[in-house]
This record gives sequence, C-alpha cells and structure tokens, in this order.
Amino acid sequence: MLNDRPLRSVGKTELFLGFLKIGLMGFGGVAPWARYVIVEERKWLTDKEFAELLGVGQILPGPNTVNASVIIGDRFQGPVGVLLCLLGQMAMPVVIVMALAVVYEHLSNVPEVRAALIGVAAASAGLVLGTALKMIRNIRPTPRALLVVGLGFAAVALLRWPLVPVVVGLVTLALVLGFLPLLKRGR
Amino acid sequence: MIGTLVELARTFALLSLVSIGGINALLPEIHRQVVEVHGWMTDAAFANAFAIANASPGPNVILVSLIGWQVAGLPGLLVATLAIMVPSCALAFLAGRGMARFQHSPIVGLLRDALVPVALGLMLAAGISMMRTVDHDVPTVAISLAAAAFIYATKRNPLWVLGLGALVNVAVLHLP
Repeated sequence: MLNDRPLRSVGKTELFLGFLKIGLMGFGGVAPWARYVIVEERKWLTDKEFAELLGVGQILPGPNTVNASVIIGDRFQGPVGVLLCLLGQMAMPVVIVMALAVVYEHLSNVPEVRAALIGVAAASAGLVLGTALKMIRNIRPTPRALLVVGLGFAAVALLRWPLVPVVVGLVTLALVLGFLPLLKRGR
Repeated sequence: MIGTLVELARTFALLSLVSIGGINALLPEIHRQVVEVHGWMTDAAFANAFAIANASPGPNVILVSLIGWQVAGLPGLLVATLAIMVPSCALAFLAGRGMARFQHSPIVGLLRDALVPVALGLMLAAGISMMRTVDHDVPTVAISLAAAAFIYATKRNPLWVLGLGALVNVAVLHLP
C-alpha cells in the first residue's frame, strides 16, 4: 500500500510510543489523533496513504483505526509491529477506564466534572470534523471523489442511514466512478 | 466462572467478526447480548459503562473491556478484550498482506483510490453526528466549531483544544 515511495523506516520503540500517545490522547475517537501523530507529527505516512488505510479499515469488521493500525504495524515491523501498535493503543485506555469505573459514582455528581467531560467531548467532536476537513484540503479529491465524499456525508450525517449499506453502496459507486475513465481510455 | 468466560469469549468473538463500522455500529447488539440475552448487566449498569467508556481515551472497544471486567473481573477483562480484538485484527492483518502482495494489480489500485473518499465522507459525517450527540447548548456548539477551526488552520497539538474545551465549559458553569 505504501508502494508510491520508499518506506520511511519506523523502529519498534517509535511505533509503540507513537501508538501509546494515540491511545492516551484519543478522546471521543482515535482517528484524529492517529492522523496527528502519524501524518503531522511523525510523518510516517502522507494524508492520502493514511486515508487509504482508514478506508480499508472501514470496510473490514472492527474499528477502522484499529484495523488501520494493524496494517501499519505490519508494514513497518511485521507481526511484532502489529502487537506493539495494538498494545500501545490499548494499554493506557484500559487502565484509565478501570480507574474511572471505580471513581465514577462519586465524580459523576460533581457539576464541574460533568461540565469538563462534556467540554472535552464537544472539543473531540470538533477535532473529528476539523481533521476530516483538513484531510480533504490536503488530498484535494477529484470532482468525482468529492461527489462520493458528499454523498457519504449526506447519507450518514443528514439522512442517518445505517452505516453498513451506506459503505457498501459508496464503495461500489466509487469503484464505478474510478473505472469509467479507464474504459474511455481503453477505447 | 469458567463458563462465563467461555460465554464472554464466544459472544464477543462472534460480534468482532460482524463489527463493520466499529463498536458504535454494534452498540444495539452488544446491549441486547449483555443485558437481555445473558443478563450480565442491568440496563442502568450498561448505560453507566457506556458513559465511562466514552469519557476515557482510546479506541471505543474499551467498552467491551469494561463489560468483561464488570462481569468477571480481571480474567473477564482479558477474555472480552481479546475476543473482540483478535478476529477482526486477524482479518485486517490478512487483508493488509493481500493488498501488499497484489499492490501492482490495477484492481487493488482502483480499490485503494475508491476507499479514500469513502473514508473522508464517513469521517466528516462522524464529526457532525458526534456534535449532534454532545452539543446541546450554545457553549458546546461554540467549543466544537472553535476546535474544528483550530485543527483545520494550525498544526499545533490537538491537546490544547481538549484542555480549553474542558476549561471553557467549566467556566460557563460559573458565569453569573
């Protein structure tokens, strides 16, 4: 998948620490943090490569960023890399979620704590939105691709159609749109 | 105890294989299995677990880890986490290997290009859906939009946005 340019090598420690950060920071969704660490901060992948992997992760069962991280780990360090990416991204969240479960009863009644959590969640939603817009700006999709982006957005966000049929329909449409120019050229 | 662990493993391993769209898409079925089919948790306990998992960082499969922990302690946590992760991750591993192997095939190239706008559209939609779930007043909408603008316009660490979001929303609480 990363055949467009030589692989930048990423060591095992770097891989683990990168994903530790992604897991630790990933409030309300890991994707924006995965992009920040992988594309912006450490430059392991370009925006286009990251979006490709996220798309692959989307059509497979399981969370899309977890699936993408499996493929990323394998590309850079093989099966050991996969384990490092998964462990790195799960370790801190599992500990934190257990700690939160223990104190939640007491904390959830403190108005300030509630307000802070809602504030973080609101910011996280903006993080996802801003990251998606930024990726669109950086990748500069063709008009055909933009049509797919727009339809996917409308189907899920505006019409609230169920995800699985939408994904199947969108991938089919995108494949057909990608195939048409090839047909013309072949003629 | 062993029986519960086996049931946890079986339930979540099966769910893992059908979890296209991730845990959020699977949520109604997880709720049905955990509360109605197995009676592992009450409705209220499940809602609590969901809130706690949402307040934690990390991939949202940690909801399943938390359910495992509350059902059967530390062994339950390990079994449930592995069960929800291993099948889908194994598939992703095989898919990644397959795509790498056939990376020069025009079909794989076509598929890769097709998946980019799909991923972008769904991420855009996810942002709006999250805003609709979380933002119920003017300050929260403002926090979300400001966060989006910050991420779009700068390369700074997104942690600033999360911290400021928390601070602003607490400050709003104390406005006269």
